[in-house]
Amino acid sequence: MNDTSKSLGRSISRRLKSAPVSAILLIIGGVWLIPNIGLFFQSLRTPAAISESGWWTAILDFGSLSLDPYRNLLASPIIVRSIWNTFAITIPSTVLVVLISAFAGYALGCMRFRGRDAIFLGVVALLVVPVQVALIPIAQLYNRLGIFGSLAGLILFHVGFGLPFGVFLLRNMYSTIPRALFEAAKVDGAGHGRIFFTMALPLVSPSIASLSIFQFVWVWNNLLAALVFTRQSSAPLTVAIQQQMRNFGSNVDIIAPAAFLLLLVPMLIFLAFQRFFVEGMTGGSVK
Amino acid sequence: MHGGKHAAANRRRVLSRDSALAAALFILPAAVMLLVFVVYPIGSTFLRSLYDATGSRFVGLGNYLQIFQRSRTLIALRNNVIWVIVVPIIVSSIGLVLAVLSDRLRWRSAFRLTIFLPLVVSGVAAGVTFRFVYTNNPDVGLLNAVIREAVHVVRPPGPYPGAVPSTPDLFVQHEESSALRTADPIEAGETVAIGIVRLRPDLIPDEAQPASPPEPSAGEIAGVVWFDFARGGEGTRGAVDPGQRGLPGMRVQLVREGRVVETTESDPRGRFSFAGVEAGPHHVLLPERNFREPYAGLYWLGPTLIIASLICAYIWMQTGFALVIIGAGLSGINRDYLDSARVEGANEWQVMTRVTVPLLRQALMVVIVTTTISVLKIFDLVIVVAPESVQAEATVLALEMWRASFGGARDFGLGSALAILLFLLIVPAMAFNVRRFRLED
Repeated sequence: MNDTSKSLGRSISRRLKSAPVSAILLIIGGVWLIPNIGLFFQSLRTPAAISESGWWTAILDFGSLSLDPYRNLLASPIIVRSIWNTFAITIPSTVLVVLISAFAGYALGCMRFRGRDAIFLGVVALLVVPVQVALIPIAQLYNRLGIFGSLAGLILFHVGFGLPFGVFLLRNMYSTIPRALFEAAKVDGAGHGRIFFTMALPLVSPSIASLSIFQFVWVWNNLLAALVFTRQSSAPLTVAIQQQMRNFGSNVDIIAPAAFLLLLVPMLIFLAFQRFFVEGMTGGSVK
Repeated sequence: MHGGKHAAANRRRVLSRDSALAAALFILPAAVMLLVFVVYPIGSTFLRSLYDATGSRFVGLGNYLQIFQRSRTLIALRNNVIWVIVVPIIVSSIGLVLAVLSDRLRWRSAFRLTIFLPLVVSGVAAGVTFRFVYTNNPDVGLLNAVIREAVHVVRPPGPYPGAVPSTPDLFVQHEESSALRTADPIEAGETVAIGIVRLRPDLIPDEAQPASPPEPSAGEIAGVVWFDFARGGEGTRGAVDPGQRGLPGMRVQLVREGRVVETTESDPRGRFSFAGVEAGPHHVLLPERNFREPYAGLYWLGPTLIIASLICAYIWMQTGFALVIIGAGLSGINRDYLDSARVEGANEWQVMTRVTVPLLRQALMVVIVTTTISVLKIFDLVIVVAPESVQAEATVLALEMWRASFGGARDFGLGSALAILLFLLIVPAMAFNVRRFRLED
């Protein structure tokens, strides 16, 4: 009995000590959540309501909310087009980055050849190159090739700038596979093609999941490259929203629901694949 | 065993030899893409930065000099410096504190998830979100609404903002605070009539009753304060006309020799009185708090605050990253170090600064370097959050690079120089990464 009271006392004292900490963290968590909740409410309100009162007044007045802004949004051909474009840009560039990185990462992580480490350090260096250095030459290149403003042009650009991280992340994963595994397969007469597809690729699938999520979110969220390389007909949602920002007040009925849709997709992906996301991030920075 | 060793060496040689061609094939697609889209453009942009806007004339370092001569690019440079100095430190400190505080939390994963969420939010969506947070009108903008509530607790707004006397020559009104004082001294037994005009009619409380003129009585200073406004300009200024309403809840003070000797409030008919007044000159004062304007809100999106506002929005986005990295570093620390420091009498602050932070050095460096890089490239948030009218004040290098090259001016010379400058600023971070991985391998 003495024992339980002692441990009980200790746990109470510990809980008392942590009560203010919990309270502070609760407030901080609230501060972090509220801006997005605000956007959600705004996206369901009329422009008049948005300009007259705070979104929090709608918490006590759910009747003032409606899905009409979303109906109007999806009735706008430019926006619908931009949503399709977003998918048409994001999915191929994700698939291509994963595919190309899976091959290159294998070579850098599992094979032995001269210059391997130098190439890997080169990839590490390219990790942080700002896209700004490529915008002008690639825009001029696309003009010469006649693909300026096409979806393909933007997709290729995203692949180019997605690869350093992709190769880096997957190479690090490949290099954790014990070499003996490959040597045994090699002795059994398996070529690199077979080893790659039947052994290496399945072993790095968690990192492939991380990379896919990262690349998808990165391209989905991108504004700058899309702003440079697309036209009205090929522009993704980020560009469509940015172009409405000039008249924020009068276009708010389009901007709020469009921004919420833009935010929703990566957030759902994040919530569904949280583990891969966090693993990819720590794997990509602290090895 | 000796034979086995030999065979292993042989195997390795076999593996190395046939790898060369295979490795080239595996690497080829990535190599081509990286060379075309990343490596070649660096050289090409550098060369382009040495030519003028149209690319026809060699100008040497002229475009780089332009960066340091144009006010817009200078402001961009200044802002990037501010961002780089301020943001990485704040983000890593908040990340560290939150990681340590949430480490023993029962709902740790829920808390961290909340902080992580903005990580996947685009600059565009976050920008729209914060446009709503930063709206100036405190009825509409969240931040100003919160500040207004806090300010009103400390300095409650007055019931009658904007009010002025109907007979200005009889009163002295303080220019800034709007406090109102009788111009001429009053003695006990006299009355004072304070007509008020320029009042929004909806500010008059429902309990207001028709005003009644004060009755003089010995040893007393009495008065009335009322809304001296009659439709169509009828009635006499400074006199209580029928139908005019008193202003209840007006704070009234009696001043003698410059000191407030008594305070009262007007009743629903606008009447007030001070009893037992000594002989000698007095003044009646309506203090500032009667006329205090409600909190009007700060201009978060105005030229003076825009950079701070952008930085706060960015911190909201980026703290999750710091928390992921530092949190992971923290869970890799052997708790025995911390506990033995506590056993030896270190307080929590000492444990934090002397034990935890040094053990987290690598994670903190990663956060600081990565955030510095990302801050140098900042673009989306600025272009979306900063209204066009303040973009000249809020601008950063990445935004100027885009504006110069694609935002109408089509000055590829200046644009290239800005891109190369940005690249050069990032080179130290690049070197840091390369060195780290060379050491590790």
